[in-house]
Order: sequence, then C-alpha cells, then structure tokens
Amino acid sequence: MADKSDIGKVGKPITIRIEAGKIREFAKSIKDPNPLYYDENVAKAEIGGVMPPPTFLMTLAHWDEGEGRPHVQMDLRRVLHGEQEFEYLKPVYAGDVLTAVTKVADVYEKTGGRGGTMTFVVMDTEFTNQKGERVAISRGVTIETGQVVAR
Amino acid sequence: MARKKLYFEDVKEGDELPSFTVENLTRTDFVKYAGSSGDFNPIHHDQTFAEVSGNPTVFAMGMMNAGILSRLVADYAGLENLRKYRVRFATRVWPGDSVTCKGKVTKKAVENGEKIIEGEIAALNQKGEVAIQGSFRAALPSRG
Repeated sequence: MADKSDIGKVGKPITIRIEAGKIREFAKSIKDPNPLYYDENVAKAEIGGVMPPPTFLMTLAHWDEGEGRPHVQMDLRRVLHGEQEFEYLKPVYAGDVLTAVTKVADVYEKTGGRGGTMTFVVMDTEFTNQKGERVAISRGVTIETGQVVAR
Repeated sequence: MARKKLYFEDVKEGDELPSFTVENLTRTDFVKYAGSSGDFNPIHHDQTFAEVSGNPTVFAMGMMNAGILSRLVADYAGLENLRKYRVRFATRVWPGDSVTCKGKVTKKAVENGEKIIEGEIAALNQKGEVAIQGSFRAALPSRG
C-alpha cells in the first residue's frame, strides 16, 4: 500500500517527440473534427503550428515501459483513476521534443463509504521542451480503495 | 477557414459553452483510442477480461471521455488560450452510450495582466448521469 514515505519518489526522465501524425490519430479517436489537428497550413496560420489536443500529453503514460512512473506499491485490483489535471504553461507544437519527469507529490487517506479507507496517490509530471522551457504539468490522482471495488 | 475567435469582452459569467453530443460510442471507438493513446488495459477491449473483472462489458477509458470533453473548451476558448483543464471521473461509459458535453463560464477576471475566464464542464450519458465533472481556465485576447 502507498504511504507518506512514497512522497518525493521520482521516475526516470522520459523523452518523447510530439508527432503530427500521432496528433491527427489522437484527434480522430476523440472524435474532434477541429481542422487545427488535421491541416498543417490552417494550424500554422492560426496558432503557429499543429498543437496537440488538451489531453494528448497523457499518452506519455503509455509511451515507455513503465520506468517513468515512480514505483509505488498498489493493488491493481483496487485502483481507480480519480482525477486528472493539465496545466499549460507554454505552447507545445508538433516537432517539439519533450522530456517528462514524474514524481509522487502527495499521498493521503480518506475514510470512504463502501470501500473502507481510501488511499490517494497524487503524481505530478513536468514537461520540458527542447529549449529547456517548462511547457506543461500533468497531475493525476489515483485512488486505492480499501477493498476490491464492486464494479 | 478562420475559426470564430473568442474575445474577453464577449464573455460574461454564466455564459453557456455550445453543447454537443457524441452518439453511440462503440467497442471500435475504444480500440481506436487504445491505439492512439497506448492504453491497452484489456478491461477496455477484451470482453472476457472485462467479465472476469466483474464488468458486464468493456467500457470506455476515462481519458477517452476526458478527450471528448476537451473539445468543448478548445472550441470555445481556443486551444492556444487554454491554461488549465481538469477532470474528475464519476460514472463509466459503456458501448452504445452517448456523451453530451456542456459547461458554463463561472468567473471572469484580470489576473497578473492576463484576461482570465474559468468555467465548469461536464460530460453526461444519455440518462443524464455525470460521467465526468471538470473545470477549465483560459487566458483570452482582448479587442482593445
């Protein structure tokens, strides 16, 4: 089980190139017809280039083999994705190379209803671009319930 | 094909974001999102695995629903103006479900020289149950 001693644990830095084709595929899969994702000329004229959809950076979580995520003991049968937040500090464009570092920002408990005591694990991922600028922060809250969740 | 640009002066607190519905999500849609995101948790595409885990069928990834909902704020405030996007997962979305996205502006202010709007958003299924609750913050251009 995760506990306070996990706070501050850091995963390995992960580097990923933001690709226009992947942005297009992602936009299609969330059924977003916005031409900014499909037409490079429109994107260039209007916003300076092809930018990824707001939740695209989440794909980084599945990009590596798991080494980017700090190791925290959790029972996967009792884990839920509770919340996700993105903060956008500078624009990200197709062609950028981002480096992401994830750390455990917080661990806390709450007494819930059916699930008993719930443990909340907050992980922050900071994205830095090829110029060394901090461009985005992604914050995820994972909940470990006290018992196997009745689904 | 220029988009309609939203200016700070055009917004007032309480304004509703133009709502839309994505109809009839299918297993194929889940698989497409698995491919685009890399989320191959079998609970979202493998019926046998879903049943063993106590689910009647596979269900949509929460982040897929969050992606569908993100279009609401990107279309309204402008993708390049978005400063924050936050979601909380409530109910699952199943094959055959439709997702309606809506929201409203809750705050308009000038902060540190930036013209800021904030709002609450939600994705609801066809029964009106909340699948996702969220919020956003954007910095808008000014006509001035």
